[in-house]
Amino acid sequence: MVYLTRKCEFSASHYYHNPEFTAEENQRVFGKCANLNGHGHNYTLEVTVKGEVDPKTGFVVDLKELKEILNREVLEALDHRHLNKEVPEFFHQIPTTENLAIAIWHRLQNKLNVAKLHRVRVYELPDLFVDFYGEA
Amino acid sequence: MKAHLTRRYIFSASHRLHNDGMSEAENRTVYGKCNNPHGHGHNYALQVTVSGQVDPKTGMICNLVDLDEAVQREIIERFDHQNLNVRAEFKSVVPTTENLSEVIFNILKQSFKAAHLEKVRLEETMMNSFEYAGGAELRI
Repeated sequence: MVYLTRKCEFSASHYYHNPEFTAEENQRVFGKCANLNGHGHNYTLEVTVKGEVDPKTGFVVDLKELKEILNREVLEALDHRHLNKEVPEFFHQIPTTENLAIAIWHRLQNKLNVAKLHRVRVYELPDLFVDFYGEA
Repeated sequence: MKAHLTRRYIFSASHRLHNDGMSEAENRTVYGKCNNPHGHGHNYALQVTVSGQVDPKTGMICNLVDLDEAVQREIIERFDHQNLNVRAEFKSVVPTTENLSEVIFNILKQSFKAAHLEKVRLEETMMNSFEYAGGAELRI
């Protein structure tokens, strides 16, 4: 079994707001992330897949194919978007880095034919990232 | 859904690798320049990984502010700009980065309860790093 990781970047804006909370609660829980005018990040996404190396090609996965899937399923939907307003997963869910990693996992999960999705890692900042392994 | 969150922190400290139970010559052989008598320092980069269910109300495993406060109070204030050798935590163990990783993991395990502590990763320099998950196997 070999693990392969592909990295890419996207930039997006968001804010954190739970409509069931009062204004004070939103402010207390989410701090400056609760500013309804939003703010943005340069996100780094690392997608790790695993599989046996195909003896004919020497590949775990065709990187060109993986790159196309990432572009189509993730980057076109998220890059230079406002997550709360333009990405359906976040119309009713808070676009934290945790939820972003989970959403990206579900976007990719059934699109990979050969290799198996192992981990989605999303960096919001160089000193903050979330890993999701598809666990319930 | 269960997710893992990692946060990175920086602190600076000095140490000298020396075991009183060994001769001067043995210490020199085992620890090399890390045994120089007056010690030396590093900028340590600490990564703390916690895990837990993502709360649907907040979208969070735990509040990052709480994690930052705990690490600041328990680790950064304790070790930043300190000489590790003179601290109680290293009274009977050599302050290698292996041992420092274990010490930090155990302190955080006791003091931060808002999420499950998975592991700590400690970079001593850009060329070496250490990870400790409380004895568990590491996950890729």
